[in-house]
Amino acid sequence: MTSKPAIEVIDLVTHYGNRRILNHINLTINTGEIMVIMGGSGSGKSTLLNHLLGLLTPSTGHIRLLGKDITKAKPMELTALRQKMGVAFQGGALFSSMNVLENIMLPLREHTNLDEATMQIMARMKMEVVSLAGFENLMPSELSGGMIKRAALARAIVMDPRVLFCDEPSAGLDPVVSSAIDDLILTLRDAMNMTVVVVTHELESAYKIADRICVLDRGDILAVGTVAEIRGSTNERIQNLLNRRTEETEMDPDAYLRRLTDDPLLPRAASR
Amino acid sequence: MSDAQESPNPVPPNPLLALAERTGKWTMSSVTEIGFAFVLLLESFYWVIMGRSRKQPVRLPSIFVQCMDIGIGAIPIISAMSFSIGMMLAIQGIYSLKLFGAESKVVIGVAFSMTREFGPLITGILVAGRSGSALAARIGTMRITQEVDALRVMGINPVRFLVAPALLASCVMVPALTFLSILVGLSGAGIYVVVDLGMTFPAYIDNIIDILSVDDVMHGLVKSLVFGILIAMIGVVNGSSVSGGAEGVGKVTTRSVVQAISAIIVTDMIFAFVLTRW
Repeated sequence: MTSKPAIEVIDLVTHYGNRRILNHINLTINTGEIMVIMGGSGSGKSTLLNHLLGLLTPSTGHIRLLGKDITKAKPMELTALRQKMGVAFQGGALFSSMNVLENIMLPLREHTNLDEATMQIMARMKMEVVSLAGFENLMPSELSGGMIKRAALARAIVMDPRVLFCDEPSAGLDPVVSSAIDDLILTLRDAMNMTVVVVTHELESAYKIADRICVLDRGDILAVGTVAEIRGSTNERIQNLLNRRTEETEMDPDAYLRRLTDDPLLPRAASR
Repeated sequence: MSDAQESPNPVPPNPLLALAERTGKWTMSSVTEIGFAFVLLLESFYWVIMGRSRKQPVRLPSIFVQCMDIGIGAIPIISAMSFSIGMMLAIQGIYSLKLFGAESKVVIGVAFSMTREFGPLITGILVAGRSGSALAARIGTMRITQEVDALRVMGINPVRFLVAPALLASCVMVPALTFLSILVGLSGAGIYVVVDLGMTFPAYIDNIIDILSVDDVMHGLVKSLVFGILIAMIGVVNGSSVSGGAEGVGKVTTRSVVQAISAIIVTDMIFAFVLTRW
């Protein structure tokens, strides 16, 4: 799979206040590839995703999406670009004032001039794809967790995007639904040659769908590689993540005391 | 030298300095918020005018939905409150004018105060409590549940989609409600005046029409337009500055009501001062 890249992240550095979240990230995601971004909590994977979506502005560096630099794109170009991408948020982010069908139809309604009946048919087709048929008239508050995720996925693919982003698509779901969502992602890629970026820490799901896995840790990319390469990695931190081992951090008694007492003078006194 | 670098905050804080710092921070954040409100206001008008040519029109149905929320839904409460206030003005007016034996002049007082002050004020305060808070809560919740992010990544500008319809609806409905409030308030006062002073209702209405000029009504309506903008912008700015989950939403909701009502009362005073001088 060596076609031209769908997404290129070039030397991305980001800060949150004074804290550096991402450290010179370089990453290329090819067209038609399923890239899984993994990492523990606080590894910067959500931040990276938000940058890929153009929701945050990086301190330095560039992100090219479908060949266009989104850090420099004009609002109109960005709007056009965003019609070619779909995003399924972790919590679904369905609009609570609209029912499921209206939620899924919203991108069509806003970006196309199709008539109502056509839009409804298109939205219903996507609902069939995610096996939500028959739930058109329910409000988001009446849906179960799995249904919300599937409805969000349906809304993400309603415009037939070239790039699909999924944030924790199967977190908190039962194994059957979660594996159905994995299958769905694979089908979408195979049928429409969609590029898919999945942020997850569900190992099983990552192994099943990923063409390549990118492991983030404390703002750095530890490794990018196929499932086999990542599983065979000798890096200790990757193995910790994959084998659910607890991290044994080195104990610094001074720092520990300082955290307990909240006394800024302590490390100086102790180090003398 | 190295000592100063190693300990981040070795000097015990001076209370006066701390006060100055707090004041400074508060001023900064206030100025930022006011600036943000102006940017949002301009951006909303930009989308209203330019939206269609940029393929992001502010849609009529969403404006109507907001009009129903802000305007039509408030009719019963605003009528009831205006009626009571009108009647109260008549009662108090007659009571105090009795001192001079000038009860019949109560109509003048009622006509001016209802049209120029109480109509816009009651409407503004009620809409701020009903809709300003709802707007803050809605936008705050949408931020927390990532719905605003979802809009942005769909290529739907949140200002165009959420703020502009609410602002337009507010600009239309608050003056409309104010007009209603003035009519109902004057009727409420009229009923008491008719009963208490033995005047006929048509005579009361004639009297009111003689006293009021178009300027007086415009004074009330223009003021209410400003209130409408204030309510919408304060609601939106508070809603979009939400942080910290459900508790945060509660906080910004309260904050937006308090700020909106304060802003309305202060603006009202400024209006009264400036416009009575011309």
